[in-house]
Amino acid sequence: MKVHLLHESRDFDFTADPPAQHEDLTQDLDLPTLLRAMAGDDNYLLDVARRVVLAGLADPAEVLYRQAVLADCMAQPDIVRDIYAIAVAMVQDKTSRWWHVSSKNPAWTLSSAVQYLEVALSRLKELRGIADERSGRVESAGFRAFFRSLQTELDDEYFQVVRRHLRQLQFREGVLISARLDRDNSSIDLVLRAQNDERQGLLQHLGLGKREAYSFTVPTRDDAGWQGLENLKSRAINRVANAAAQSADHILSYFAMLRAELGFYLGCLRLREQLIGKGVSIAFPAPAPWRPARFAATGLREVCLALRSDEPVVGNDADANERPLVIVTGANSGGKSTFLRSVGLARLMLGCGMFVAAERLEASVLPGGVFTHFAREEDRSMTSGRLDEELTRMSTLADRLRPGSLVLFNESFASTNELEGSEIARQVVRALLEADIQVAFVTHQFDLADGFHKSHADSALFLRAEPGLGGQRTYRLVEGPPLATSFGEDLYYRIGGWLDETPSEAPPPGREVLRSPVGRPDS
Amino acid sequence: MRSVSILWPEGRPVSQPIPQAPAYFGDLNLDQVVAGVASKDPGAELLGSVLCDHVRDVDTVRYRQEVFRDLGDGELLTHLYQFAQAMTQVESHLAQLAKMSFPYQRAAWFLDASTLYCDAVRALAANLDGASHTSRALAAFRAFVVPYASSRTFLTLVADTDARRASLAKIRYCVRIRGGRVEVTRYEGQADYSEEVLKTFERFKQGSTNDYRLLYRTGPGMDHIGGQILELVGRLFDDEFTALDHFCEAHAAFPDETVRRFHAELRFYLAYLAYVEPLRSAGLRFCLPAVSATSKEIAATETFDLALAHKLVSERKPVVTNDFHLAGAERTFLVSGPNQGGKTTFARTFGQLHHLAGVGCPVPGRQASLFLFNRLFTHFEREEDLATGTGKLESDLVRMRDILTAATSDSVIIMNETFTSSTMLKDARFLSRKVLEKVVQLDLVSVFVTFVDGLSDLSDSIVSMVSTIVPENPSERTFKVVRGPAGGLAYALAVAEKHGLTYDRLRRRLTV
Repeated sequence: MKVHLLHESRDFDFTADPPAQHEDLTQDLDLPTLLRAMAGDDNYLLDVARRVVLAGLADPAEVLYRQAVLADCMAQPDIVRDIYAIAVAMVQDKTSRWWHVSSKNPAWTLSSAVQYLEVALSRLKELRGIADERSGRVESAGFRAFFRSLQTELDDEYFQVVRRHLRQLQFREGVLISARLDRDNSSIDLVLRAQNDERQGLLQHLGLGKREAYSFTVPTRDDAGWQGLENLKSRAINRVANAAAQSADHILSYFAMLRAELGFYLGCLRLREQLIGKGVSIAFPAPAPWRPARFAATGLREVCLALRSDEPVVGNDADANERPLVIVTGANSGGKSTFLRSVGLARLMLGCGMFVAAERLEASVLPGGVFTHFAREEDRSMTSGRLDEELTRMSTLADRLRPGSLVLFNESFASTNELEGSEIARQVVRALLEADIQVAFVTHQFDLADGFHKSHADSALFLRAEPGLGGQRTYRLVEGPPLATSFGEDLYYRIGGWLDETPSEAPPPGREVLRSPVGRPDS
Repeated sequence: MRSVSILWPEGRPVSQPIPQAPAYFGDLNLDQVVAGVASKDPGAELLGSVLCDHVRDVDTVRYRQEVFRDLGDGELLTHLYQFAQAMTQVESHLAQLAKMSFPYQRAAWFLDASTLYCDAVRALAANLDGASHTSRALAAFRAFVVPYASSRTFLTLVADTDARRASLAKIRYCVRIRGGRVEVTRYEGQADYSEEVLKTFERFKQGSTNDYRLLYRTGPGMDHIGGQILELVGRLFDDEFTALDHFCEAHAAFPDETVRRFHAELRFYLAYLAYVEPLRSAGLRFCLPAVSATSKEIAATETFDLALAHKLVSERKPVVTNDFHLAGAERTFLVSGPNQGGKTTFARTFGQLHHLAGVGCPVPGRQASLFLFNRLFTHFEREEDLATGTGKLESDLVRMRDILTAATSDSVIIMNETFTSSTMLKDARFLSRKVLEKVVQLDLVSVFVTFVDGLSDLSDSIVSMVSTIVPENPSERTFKVVRGPAGGLAYALAVAEKHGLTYDRLRRRLTV
């Protein structure tokens, strides 16, 4: 009996380590904003959302499976909430009755497991009730299979068998143990045997089928002997206690899995409400195989910016199909970083089966994962220079990259002079592309961008952040080769001009708002 | 007939086990090496004394090198390793018999030891028979063990052991416990109740869970309930247990003495190889050095400090290797250069190599030619000396005088930062010159690590070595000690190269 609402034929691995780069990724893409929107102040849901969002799927079919379940949730939110409540209640039963089981004493393990299983039985009956009532209202393969398994695995006859075992496990008739000789002639392979040999007892009583039997009785005052006897019994019920305890664990983990998997969808529902409230368009993206590289978006928004901003956020369009390298150049604070984050977030959200903040998106799945390499302001240590720090991070990334990864570079390798930095960047990016790793690179350095333009004109999309027609703080990303002009003058005016008398109206850092409608790339 | 030894060639003197490690062990970190090797086989008694005892006999060294060369054959090594493990277990079993209080329990341990012994000897003889090993040592042992394994004594032991085991293995019984009453009967096919319970709950299975089974210790211990049950099982299965008693009386004399000795000596080779294995896996090289008790044309390439490398490899850090050689009349390495640059490590490496070569072991490096010294002296800065100033200088000088008095032209001396902290530069220069003059005069092989400059012109026999740095980034050490100055790459690409991020390096990393 399996939940399987996140994967068609396996459990989601909630114990897996998050991807190695998750700390940088979380910081650089502002993931806490997204995850908080999904979880509210529930830290359990936060953890669930974090794990699912970070563990991208490798196969478009898997993405579609989740999108269908999510669509059911969106259509029938009450089903999700009712089942989630039962799962939460059961997990809390564990806290009171099962949590403190000590494995030091099999007898104690056995009796508390039996107690727990009795409670579990009644919750399972509730769950089957919901399945009986609502299985006709869902359409996704995931929910259909989930309800079907509840109905077939938990029939009435099964409930009776379980009750009978729970009674027998109290051993009022003593224990019968089979054994063989270990290499030191002590008894091993102690196996608890069923004691339903009434026929044998009857035959003996009649003097037929006589057995050879030797026996002894432990004297009442022989404490060590009684202790030895207890040990022997403990060893014999060791396996059955383990069986019962593991069964309790299995049922518990079934409910825990149910709670966790539904928790993700619950988070999606919450996020959706907030985005709709802010008037942000959402859509289920179309997942494509990881190769060839595909990425085509219309009205793509940076979802975290949209969640944090009180003003409407304007989307970007980009068509990088068959172009594994995207280079974004242009004015400082021209929305380059925002665009880079919107790409990273959209691809993470696609990868975990969510909707995205866009009018339309088609993109490859990324079996190798999403990575960020953003320039860091601080130099953390005295011993290594900034370049050394950047390269250390890049080298760590290199150990984790696989074909089908995406690396987002933000002003990387700018901590040395431009000629040297560009040379390093070119060598790195060239090696990545040849290893089937997609790259999006934001830079204000002309030499770097121009180098790529000369070498990768056909396989790269070049976007330029330019001031909008009205000047001021409006930017749009247009397709076009990098320009040698510096945008320092623009920057100077954007932040208000420190020689002018007029006070600045600049938004706080990291909160750029794209105001201008973004047109199609230059044609 | 003399019993076969794989450590000492026939007709050569066998050293007495030496009571303690040589004085230079601490300075050269050879104590760490011995402890590391010993940790690979804690019960091996011979190990420490063999490793501490350098042999100044070319034939004995080669006798052992031949064995190491044979053990380069991975298949043979695996076989011998399995044999050694089994024999170690046999001996530990037999050692425990005296502690046991129930006769049938003791008999079981004896039978188990015999099983392990028979299997081990049979496998070993089969594997050595017809093999093409070239060492004199293994050939001699093979000439013993192959006939032994088909001897009447041994074959009888094998047959009896198998028969006893088979009959005991068939025994199945039941114990019923109700209150204080324990009844033992034959097992009559009753169903496994745990399975029934598990099967019932099978449908909830969600991957792996905790294991709630308590792990019960097994060992030479049996409480009196277990003993009483065993006695009743013995009555229930009388034929099987009577035969077991007869077996123990008939075979009290195994294992064979030559097999025992082979095993004890083999453990030295195996533990040493196990100790260097992680370094080999990390890509470091070991070689059997050419040894001579007369030629001082010493050389080694890609060599390193064994103790340090062990530490670095366990921390997954890279190990820097060094080359050195003495040609013609060259005798002394005068090592200078920046601090923390690998000078002390170079000195230790040099000493370790010479000691290990004298034990007959493979040494760190791609290839090496080493000198079998008569004595090795070290003079290292002693941090633990409480005395300072004049007192310390005096004790330094006394130590130095004792060394120079005892040393002969066949000795090796390793001096590390002698006089560094005990005196002023002027005195240090003067004393260093004096010491070097004496060393030159003795014509012995030495390493002299010093901060004092301008000493190398003293004699043509002195070779100047320097620890090097990256010229563009003086804070960075290469830990290379070389005869000449080093060059460098452009800074940024050099740093990129250091991080493995140039195009070529990264491309290779990403295709692995």
